[in-house]
Amino acid sequence: MKALVPVKRVVDYNVKVRVKSDGTGVDIANVKMSMNPFDEIAVEEAVRLKEKGIVTEIVAVSCGVSPCQETLRTAMAIGADRGILVETDAELQPLAVAKILKALVDKEQPGLVILGKQAIDDDCNQTGQMLAALADLPQATFASKVEVADGRAVVTREVDGGLETVSVALPAVLTTDLRLNEPRYVTLPNIMKAKKKPLETVKPDALGVDVAPRIKTLQVAEPAKRSAGIKVADVATLVAKLKNEAKVI
Amino acid sequence: MAALVIAEHDNASIKGATLNTVTAAAQLGEVHVLVAGANAAGAAAAAAQIAGVTKVLHADGASLADGLAENLAAQVLAVAGAYSHLLFPATASGKNVAPRVAAKLDVAQVSDITRVVSADTFERPIYAGNAVATVQSLDAVKVITVRSTGFDAAAATGGSAAVETVAAAADSGKSTFVGREVTKSDRPELTAAKIIVSGGRALGSSEKFDEVLTPLADKLGAALGASRAAVDAGYAPNDWQVGQTGKIVAPQLYVACGISGAIQHLAGMKDSKVIVAINKDPEAPIFQVADYGLEADLFAAVPELVKTL
Repeated sequence: MKALVPVKRVVDYNVKVRVKSDGTGVDIANVKMSMNPFDEIAVEEAVRLKEKGIVTEIVAVSCGVSPCQETLRTAMAIGADRGILVETDAELQPLAVAKILKALVDKEQPGLVILGKQAIDDDCNQTGQMLAALADLPQATFASKVEVADGRAVVTREVDGGLETVSVALPAVLTTDLRLNEPRYVTLPNIMKAKKKPLETVKPDALGVDVAPRIKTLQVAEPAKRSAGIKVADVATLVAKLKNEAKVI
Repeated sequence: MAALVIAEHDNASIKGATLNTVTAAAQLGEVHVLVAGANAAGAAAAAAQIAGVTKVLHADGASLADGLAENLAAQVLAVAGAYSHLLFPATASGKNVAPRVAAKLDVAQVSDITRVVSADTFERPIYAGNAVATVQSLDAVKVITVRSTGFDAAAATGGSAAVETVAAAADSGKSTFVGREVTKSDRPELTAAKIIVSGGRALGSSEKFDEVLTPLADKLGAALGASRAAVDAGYAPNDWQVGQTGKIVAPQLYVACGISGAIQHLAGMKDSKVIVAINKDPEAPIFQVADYGLEADLFAAVPELVKTL
């Protein structure tokens, strides 16, 4: 069975982003970029399934500008067998990405598509679900445990209030939650090997996908600042402040 | 045209986040509510009581019993034709289903809105809440998830909507529900709590987490929360996690004990009215957002706090 793993190049999670002063967006020039953390978990899960003999080939996919190649190389260093870059300079929104992935699912016929549950830049949490809808596949989102057997995946999902287990027929779309696994560190020899793995580049047009944005960003602003607080000397002062000043207890 | 709110419920009663979603929907037009479930007449009756709701659509069938995304999305699509806006609470269930509905309608989805500017323009946080984007949907139908802390809850009583029964969607047959493991808790629900006591990695073990924070939470009638570090270390169950990828909360009082304040955690709690930080590291970023900071060892300060209250 083949696994398709979409990965996204995002601003590194440790970077505290700044809003541009003209309100057009967030300043990402000269900022460290990395693979979206949830996508690393998705690649790791695919690699583990391959190590168990369930998955035979892992195809990593990234959509966006040409530096996304680096993200694909990282995925290949973790263990993906080959990469596909869908190259475009256009702004891609989840619906457009889902349509691109649907075209690739039609072409590659994977048994599993594993995505991260959300990207830490747009915080959308949509692409996996949208892909499942477009390709008419079952979905198991926010997965914290995956077991594949007999043409089905039994997936434990993190939901409000606890855990829920569903069984989905393959092919299926999974999205990863934080606790699914701990991604491995990439080693230098594997980084070198990843450079030799095949990486195919296609354009959205070639896949017949219209990537025009459906949501227009009118403005990006700084969130309201909290006014500076104070440090209290001891517990008694803290309780007094909470009772008399803030009146919250 | 009217706005349809897809209710989150447990078949007997309506969950809190639905009430906040109704408030958001009321800013867009007439509010109808869809209650899709199995033997969910109780939930439908409760939905009809919500102030501001004019009609409740009640779909009942075994296929809808456990809120499977495939079946619930089909149910929403079956009634979606009459609506300009489809609103889901931004809960695990809403986030699971809404994008599936949007893609089937070939429209973009707007996630986690915190404000309605106009019928097609909304505010939503991006980059872990470090920026707020104002976005305009260019699609004919707006599919939206609503961040509950961004809107007040609608009154759960006072309404008298008519309940209309609609046919239940057929089972997709692609997925089946296996089981559910609910974390037992007699505390207030995290996202609805007025006071939250939250712990981080500094607690050191699940026993200490329990021993130190539970008395404080009991005293304050508070819900317990945790940072990702505490959850990953196994000190607290994962549905206690507050942050970008966990729960987003905005209580009256948030007490952060032994939490450094990484941006991913702040994204989940910085809209709290009053933030108290107890941490022995004077450089901890949590102090930059705390209204009251106490630089102290939490193992001494928290029990003392319990005694003083």
